[in-house]
Amino acid sequence: MSRLAMVIDTRRCVGCQDCVVACKTENQTPEGFNRDWITYITKGRFPTLSMSIQSERCNHCDDPPCVSCCPTGASHVHDFGGIVLVDKDECIGCKACVASCPYDARYMHPDGYADKCTFCVHRVEHGQDPACVSVCPTHCMYFGDLDDPESEVSKLLASRKHYSLLPEAGTKPRIFYLE
Amino acid sequence: MNLSRRRFLKIAGAGAAVAATATGGLVALGRSGAAAAPRERGLRTVPTFCDVCFWKCNAIATVRDGALWKIEGNPIDPLSNGRLCPRGTGGVGAVSDPDRLRTPLLRASVRGEERWTAVTWDEALGYIAEKMQDIKAKYGPEAVAMFSHGLGGAFLKHTLKAYGAINLAAPSFAQCRGPRDVGFELTFGEGIGSPERTDIANARCLVLIGSHLGENMHNSQVQELAEAVGRGATIIVADPRFSIAASKAKHYLPVKPGTDLALLLAWMNVLVAERLYDQDYVAAHGFGFDAFAAAIASYTPEWAYPETGIAPEVIRETAREMARHRPATLVHPGRHSTWYGDDAQRSRAIALLNALLGSWGRKGGFYTPASMTVPGYPYPPYPRSGRAKVDNPDHKYPFASEAITTGIRDATISGQPYPIKGWWVYATNLLQALPDQAATIEAIQQLDLLAVVDVVGSETAGWADVVLPEATYLERYDDLNVELFRQPFVALRQPVVEPPHDQKANWWIARELALKLDLAAFYPWTTIEEYLDHRLRGAGLSLAELQTKGLVRGAPQPIYYEDGVPPTFPTPSQKIEFYSVQLEQKGFDPVPRYTPPDPGPPGAFRLLFGRSPVHTFSRTQTNPILAQAMTENELWVNASVAQRLGLATGQRVRLRNQDGVRSDFAIKVRATEAIRPDCVYMVHGFGHTAGMLRHARGRGASDAQLITAYKTDPLMGGTGMNVNFVTIEQEA
Repeated sequence: MSRLAMVIDTRRCVGCQDCVVACKTENQTPEGFNRDWITYITKGRFPTLSMSIQSERCNHCDDPPCVSCCPTGASHVHDFGGIVLVDKDECIGCKACVASCPYDARYMHPDGYADKCTFCVHRVEHGQDPACVSVCPTHCMYFGDLDDPESEVSKLLASRKHYSLLPEAGTKPRIFYLE
Repeated sequence: MNLSRRRFLKIAGAGAAVAATATGGLVALGRSGAAAAPRERGLRTVPTFCDVCFWKCNAIATVRDGALWKIEGNPIDPLSNGRLCPRGTGGVGAVSDPDRLRTPLLRASVRGEERWTAVTWDEALGYIAEKMQDIKAKYGPEAVAMFSHGLGGAFLKHTLKAYGAINLAAPSFAQCRGPRDVGFELTFGEGIGSPERTDIANARCLVLIGSHLGENMHNSQVQELAEAVGRGATIIVADPRFSIAASKAKHYLPVKPGTDLALLLAWMNVLVAERLYDQDYVAAHGFGFDAFAAAIASYTPEWAYPETGIAPEVIRETAREMARHRPATLVHPGRHSTWYGDDAQRSRAIALLNALLGSWGRKGGFYTPASMTVPGYPYPPYPRSGRAKVDNPDHKYPFASEAITTGIRDATISGQPYPIKGWWVYATNLLQALPDQAATIEAIQQLDLLAVVDVVGSETAGWADVVLPEATYLERYDDLNVELFRQPFVALRQPVVEPPHDQKANWWIARELALKLDLAAFYPWTTIEEYLDHRLRGAGLSLAELQTKGLVRGAPQPIYYEDGVPPTFPTPSQKIEFYSVQLEQKGFDPVPRYTPPDPGPPGAFRLLFGRSPVHTFSRTQTNPILAQAMTENELWVNASVAQRLGLATGQRVRLRNQDGVRSDFAIKVRATEAIRPDCVYMVHGFGHTAGMLRHARGRGASDAQLITAYKTDPLMGGTGMNVNFVTIEQEA
């Protein structure tokens, strides 16, 4: 069993949105909807300022409320790497998962089903990185298996200070940000 | 649309079972819409190079079931290292852009009304050729000028030079990097080039002055910036705005706009006064150091404080930090440098600061680009003209090293030194690129012919007599890109898909025009493949090889002095010119001297502009993918100022400049701590007025519209554009 995760180095990230654009072209998301996005948080008073930049998406939580609340089983944890996926043919469009996600990572596809980041499972199953990771010009994103202590992501988390988003939601997210 | 999207998701869900089939040239492509053509199935990849900006990253495009799907970096590319920037990634949107020009257009009413008659290529080029022959008969061939941007203009330039044109210019000089290149040429004898010869990857200290890498998305440089940050290099940023780069900096210096030269002089003063500069390097390579040192002796940090707003101890501390890491301290020369009219001298000060740090030629500073030779095509010689070029009469700007766009515009308006009656405009939107739009329109009204070649219908195309729709870079061959970089390479742009309508490649347009102008002798080749193969065989390569690989790298060569590159400085003294006799002889300051900027009218804000990582100039706002990433620009206003003026983020305002020009469209306020209170900022390229840009028209505001004033650089004719001031008017 593997637990796939993403580690993002906020020091290197410049917030250029290449991850957002690459996801859009790779996954052909509908106009006006994105599976990933950037948040920019500026703190302080001019000129003593700091800014943090985060590339955000579905956290592929270990304990995903979107899966437990799904009435049809459309939202499910995939055998491969524990990726959280939606089977759009099983989805009845009730939006319970959209409401349950603490990260607001899901949207309703115009065709009537819940949609979100798949960790590019169609690429990952063939040994490639997700599109956002492989495109990043700053090399700020890493993808790998948390259960493998030798993986790059495990080593980075062991050696560098990091945080995840909304840990208090208790969903055990698998996107980590290096400080 | 829904059907195809669903079908795609099924394919994606199946795990992309179809492997990439072939890498290489075009297999037979059915013209889209042609009923008889069999539909292509499966995946196909084609290497080519990007054209969303001028960086020209090498890429691999993927076609799925006959339709362009995506484009990714070519892993063997030294520029992208297999990773395109967001604009390159979103470049596929250029093909599906709903506002693409589809067919040649002939003006059907008065200029600028944008009423058109669709015509055939034969009619359009026939009309143009006849006008050009009339102009030649009446005024001489020099009366036809050309403005262009990028590699794509190569063939059109060739045709026009064969016709006898001599006045060819690009806004990339006098509206962009010109002052920087001239400042470095005056100091080291060589410019910076593109891609820049900056060794950011190995810098231990990187100094950015108004250069916002990360927002300014020149791919290799941003990759290297991230590399430097990741390694823990010291970043020093001087900028009126807290840019993305500033957020990575150890030292952020919120310099008062227009006073960068004062800061540079004070830094140099500290390095000299505290003897922190590279004394061996300066002794070995410098000319006129003592006179230079005397000239900057009064520019102390205490002197600079009231000018720049930067405290003396911060100036000293950052100067010492630069000295600590030399020669791997890179004071970046920037790129867009036409700011205040003293820009070549400011750039020269940047060059001199680097010279003090000994970074020119050294690892972590400026490397010496490696080159490879790919011979040009053997054409007959162009006709000789007895006339001088019009852009810089009597060498009024003695150090201009390229043609000045605004000089051609002035000559067009005045008819002096001789009339200019025809303009060709290739892939540049002069109305957004040049300051003073009214002057550009006045010049256009003097013309007998304005022909515009572009992919989308810009404001400039809107004023044209003839608009020619070009195939996008993903649908055409272009000339080779022979690149100077750390490792040289030659790269091929080749078609990935066919143009969807009646668009044509620029080489085809240029060749057909030449045939209509009786210039067939200048086109000994018939097909572009023939031309490209001939050039490549001159370098021991072939078109077939490039069609498969996309690029071929040249042999690695030493690029640093420490690795054996001989230090040579092609200046008059053959040394690094701390003191410039050639400047003195022409009546300019031999060592840069500071003059304070005009503070502007009371209550007004200096208008600053810059780049977004997801758009290039005013060319990409209708690209549906990039438009989703950024639909309109915002006006950055200091949060305290916004509070005082009663402005909230998201509120729409109009701007009025010092000449009473009011922005055509409203722009959203972004109240932020991240900018000084004395200026406002917006991303360039928005606020389109062009009727043909239906999906971008009216979105955001145009800085270009408000740049009615400009200050000309007396050394080289660059147009300093950060000299406009605006007040903010709330929308009712």
